[in-house]
Amino acid sequence: MEKDTLKMTVEHLDFFYGNSQALQDISLDFAPNQVTALIGPSGCGKSTFLRCLNRMNDLIPISRVKGVVTLDGMNIYDPSVDVVWLRRRIGMVFQKPNPFPKTIFENVAYGMRVNGIKDKQLIAERVEQSLTRAAIWNEVKDRLNDSALGLSGGQQQRLCIARALAVEPDVLLMDEPASALDPIATQKIEDLIHELKRNYTIIIVTHNMQQAARVSDITAFFYMGKLIETGITDRIFTRPGKKQTEDYITGRFG
Amino acid sequence: MNKMIQESRFRSSFRRRAVQAAAFWFFRLAALVNGLALCGIVYFVVKNGWRAISWTFLTQPPADSMTQGGILPCIIGTLALAIGAILVALPIGVASAIYLNEYARPGKLLRVIRLGISNLAGVPSVVFGLFGLAFFVVILKMGTSILAGSLTLAAMSLPVIIGATEEALKSVPDTYREASLGLGATKWQTVYRVVLPAALPGILTGTILSISRAAGETAPIMFTGAVFFSPQLPNSIFDEVMALPYHIYVLATAGTEIEKTRHLQYGTAIVLITLVLGMNLIAILYRSKLRRNR
Repeated sequence: MEKDTLKMTVEHLDFFYGNSQALQDISLDFAPNQVTALIGPSGCGKSTFLRCLNRMNDLIPISRVKGVVTLDGMNIYDPSVDVVWLRRRIGMVFQKPNPFPKTIFENVAYGMRVNGIKDKQLIAERVEQSLTRAAIWNEVKDRLNDSALGLSGGQQQRLCIARALAVEPDVLLMDEPASALDPIATQKIEDLIHELKRNYTIIIVTHNMQQAARVSDITAFFYMGKLIETGITDRIFTRPGKKQTEDYITGRFG
Repeated sequence: MNKMIQESRFRSSFRRRAVQAAAFWFFRLAALVNGLALCGIVYFVVKNGWRAISWTFLTQPPADSMTQGGILPCIIGTLALAIGAILVALPIGVASAIYLNEYARPGKLLRVIRLGISNLAGVPSVVFGLFGLAFFVVILKMGTSILAGSLTLAAMSLPVIIGATEEALKSVPDTYREASLGLGATKWQTVYRVVLPAALPGILTGTILSISRAAGETAPIMFTGAVFFSPQLPNSIFDEVMALPYHIYVLATAGTEIEKTRHLQYGTAIVLITLVLGMNLIAILYRSKLRRNR
């Protein structure tokens, strides 16, 4: 695929925590409106890699990045890029649901408010739209002014997804979004991802291989900071090319 | 053989339970001593001073060389000093804590600042009084006044407020900050819209506790704002005031008719303790209410 038609690309990315290198020479492409799953054993660097995509690792003082990550053809690590603007374009959902200690409405409206939107009508409309897209509108429409902390774990996570959607990003990064949830809530999240990919490009880290197989179009296998193999999900899980991939998938380690 | 083993197990179990009981009784006694000390002080003060408490006492200025009348100017003076101290110490303390916890990069400068703050907490109150006298009263030419007294008390309260605020800020989970930044907020927006509101209860209780302590101090205000006697209530922050803790000191040592004013001295102590314990109680109840809500 041409570089311009790819949503995001990663070229020869190296990442260092102080002196230790956590990611080595990662190159990976993300096409628009696809779901890419990042799999691998604990500590292989997949979450670190995810956080490089929206520069959340900038928050760690001793971190260093080498290489190029592009969004719509533009290098996001270029010094002229406004990180605040970038994080609006690339949204993130975290492993443990983390709604703010505010009302449900204010949680979803938060992103709009900090980005300067003041129009009450617009905010209300987008809150409803986001909660609908996150498949939770019907459950909360009568209690928008209740505290978000009163929701169940699965509901809180869908609220966090709604919150991320409200700033209208192009890309959604999800770091093990269902690992803290029960199976029914997990199912709802997975169905939601199927829906969302029509409008967003999604990159999801998961340690659950069945989930990766169910949910993603492309799968990338990480091991010890290196990208071992990447390809169409069906192929990776039925005819893995590298021995390490096969060992991980068949449960020999990890 | 089996019987011997069984018996030895039984003996050691009894011994262990006895040791545990002894330890628990020791802890109970320690807590009891604590409570008894407080009750003892309150009882002693109330026994000697309850006769002085009356409507007149609380609403009239002293008269007749302090043997009659009331302590109204002292109550007003202490309140003025305490409020003045909060107005200065709260913004400076909270801002410092925000800087230290949210913005400062780890390094030598940060360690030096923290060392300074914790040393400040250990400075004796009378030394604060001398500092206030030299700096606020003389060098800055404020004279003995509510202003100088409040500023001195504020300086004394700063380390406690900074400490309580930092603790409250640290207790806000990092995951809130990450979520906020991930939505495209700046660091300041994150602090202002998410971190501070979540930390506010802890900040408020820490402030109330530190100010109630400062309100009861004598040494810092002795040279900087409190006086033996003032004929009228204060009009401006540049006036001198009478204050409750200083009044107790005055009545106990320097009054002209010490025996006659003994009960007034204890009465003043009752008012002061009520004020301080009252503020502490409010702070503690508020904090436990918030903890239950979380």
